[in-house]
Amino acid sequence: MGLFDKFKNIFSKSKSEELETYEKGLQKTRHEFTSKLKLLNSKYKKVTNEYFDELEEILIMADIGVNTVMDFVDRLKRRVKKENIVDSKDLLDIIVDEMFIIYVNNDVIVNKINYAPSGPTVILFVGVNGVGKTTTIGKLAYKLVNENKKVLLIAGDTFRAGAIEQIIEWGEKTNSKVISSKDKDPSSVIFDGINLALEENYDVVLVDTAGRLQNKDNLMKELEKINRVIGKIIPGAPHETLLVIDATTGQNGISQAKSFKEITDISGIVLTKLDGTAKGGIVLAIKETVGVPVKYVGLGEKKEDLQVFDIEKYIYGLFKNMEDEND
Amino acid sequence: MFESLGDRLQSAVKKIRGYGKITEDNISEVTREIRLALLEADVNYKVVKEFIANVKEKALGEEVAKSLKPGEMFVKIVKDELVSLLGGEKADLYVDGNPSILMLVGLQGAGKTTMIGKLGLMLRKKYNKKPLLVACDVYRPAAIEQLKQIGRELNIEVYDEGKNDPVLIAKNAINYAKENKFNYVLLDTAGRLHIDEALMDELNNINTDVKPDEILLVVDSMTGQDAINVIEGFNNTLPLTGAILTKLDGDTRGGAALSIRHLTNIPIKFVGVSEKMDGIEPFYPERIATRILGMGDIMTMLEKAEEVIDQDEAMKTAKKLEQGKFDLEDFLSQLKQIKKLGPLENIIKMLPGVPKELKNVKVDPKDMAHIEAIILSMTPYERRHPEVLKATRKLRIAKGSGRSVEEVNRLLKQFEEMRKMIKQFKNGNFKMPF
Repeated sequence: MGLFDKFKNIFSKSKSEELETYEKGLQKTRHEFTSKLKLLNSKYKKVTNEYFDELEEILIMADIGVNTVMDFVDRLKRRVKKENIVDSKDLLDIIVDEMFIIYVNNDVIVNKINYAPSGPTVILFVGVNGVGKTTTIGKLAYKLVNENKKVLLIAGDTFRAGAIEQIIEWGEKTNSKVISSKDKDPSSVIFDGINLALEENYDVVLVDTAGRLQNKDNLMKELEKINRVIGKIIPGAPHETLLVIDATTGQNGISQAKSFKEITDISGIVLTKLDGTAKGGIVLAIKETVGVPVKYVGLGEKKEDLQVFDIEKYIYGLFKNMEDEND
Repeated sequence: MFESLGDRLQSAVKKIRGYGKITEDNISEVTREIRLALLEADVNYKVVKEFIANVKEKALGEEVAKSLKPGEMFVKIVKDELVSLLGGEKADLYVDGNPSILMLVGLQGAGKTTMIGKLGLMLRKKYNKKPLLVACDVYRPAAIEQLKQIGRELNIEVYDEGKNDPVLIAKNAINYAKENKFNYVLLDTAGRLHIDEALMDELNNINTDVKPDEILLVVDSMTGQDAINVIEGFNNTLPLTGAILTKLDGDTRGGAALSIRHLTNIPIKFVGVSEKMDGIEPFYPERIATRILGMGDIMTMLEKAEEVIDQDEAMKTAKKLEQGKFDLEDFLSQLKQIKKLGPLENIIKMLPGVPKELKNVKVDPKDMAHIEAIILSMTPYERRHPEVLKATRKLRIAKGSGRSVEEVNRLLKQFEEMRKMIKQFKNGNFKMPF
């Protein structure tokens, strides 16, 4: 089965318009597929141990989880043996195929926002410090406002210096109302905001929270409380809890996802700063171990630089731009 | 969450002990384990390769072969090799300029602005200098406001010109600093990607125009394999004089430090260890080596202990321990000392050889308060002779402390176990992990 068919199958449950955007995106990625993987294949015509060593290097350099890579390479080796694959070019499709399997893992991947059937949809943003939570909120607000939604932003980060001013600026940029308070704790600001959203019939509420390292117990408890507060006002909310992860994050990303998942019901990941050289491969390991898919990727500092995650584009991207080494 | 290299090493050492001799054959399994652990710590792939080759070579060398304890020798080789990769000595900050100009650069969200505040506070408190903080991040919404708020909190002056040209702001700030006799100028720049040519040019222009004495790259300690691209990107454009590793209070192992040091030879000068403004420490290679290895950071703990622990009290307790006497009075005074050290789970993490189940234990500060309340509800006689505590006394204590009798019992049981452990320790039956 061709790669694209597989892709279509996976997303067959998603709407056709979405598929169209993907197809458009794909043409570009196919075209750009001048990859390290191809270089590897021109270097090794036959599948050898050295071939696997270098493949492993490529994958690890992309920050895919170490265990995920080791299992992956082992599985490939078994398949090569079983199917008697000798030429490396026959392995190309299998590699991408297997990577897909890791990510998809028999799930129907939904990367759309889960909107509330009626009333405001509450989206909570969580993550460690400096990953880009507030910026992502600004960008998503821009996207939603363009879809003619009435958007409310809540400045739940009352800790970091300048955090409130930062979200207020985003509110101005995107014409969204911002709820904030300098002398209230996060839970009460959020309480006020959610109530206002109900009263004034907002469509979507984006809730910012302070960055917190996942091993800080008291901060994680605060997050638990925030969740409770939201759920009390609107049963079933937050409808989405998005964990924001910096694409440069290494193996610690797994720890982040696990710890946040324990406290809040993480429904998706936003992978930020993917416009740099970082590959953000850790999201593959996160999907494999914690089961949370990526919903959005951040690709720049401008308000329109937030895109819906495209797994195939992403997997091809893993093997790109790495041809700078000649050793 | 990860099986640490420390744990892996321990089992490896046991194996090697069993062999009695290190050979090419039996070492490969052990080096595989080390390799995995280093990669899980985000140490650069190439560095890991080189590292393993070096360790193998040394381990198979003469010295180890002759050694009576090849297992221990092996651990030493691994650690020494790691420390030498990290650079032997700690590096200090440049101080001689008048004013000295420091510029902080890095990716978005690395923690530059917070670090500027921390550096400013440290320079004033520890070195008695007069620092000026300069807001050159004119791009990120509210970045200037963030620096101003930090300045207000610390009572350190902040220079800003709103959203003017950063190169101009830097120049004007330095003139201002000279006129007003500041010793240090700390330039906060906008976060940028190392591949963003326009913004990298801007840094270059600041560099040419104001010639900072130090250009410090701020690196998030959670950075993965991409660290090397970032570091090289900045280092190729700017003459970096050092790096600062932030967010080390997370549970990352910080393998990115190895990439910085070994692949570029830039010294790491400071590390950020909390969200509070005094959360900055000098970088000690040896300590980060033990952290990457998961061997605990006994040095930092000892230093911290020295700062807060009352020496006389400690001597008294030590004497009692030596005599095998240890009562609830001592326990209480220990408890008070420990409380000064900060959250208990942080201390546990720093201890080497602590089983990993215990490392993830969460200790509620309230539990400590309860224990204290229970002991304080005992009479001094009871504290010295816990064996007299029977039902009625226990009931009284429970009432006095507002806890339940079960809790009193639990505490007494724990105390008894502790006493037993101390006796073992005294008799020399206590085994060190390595």
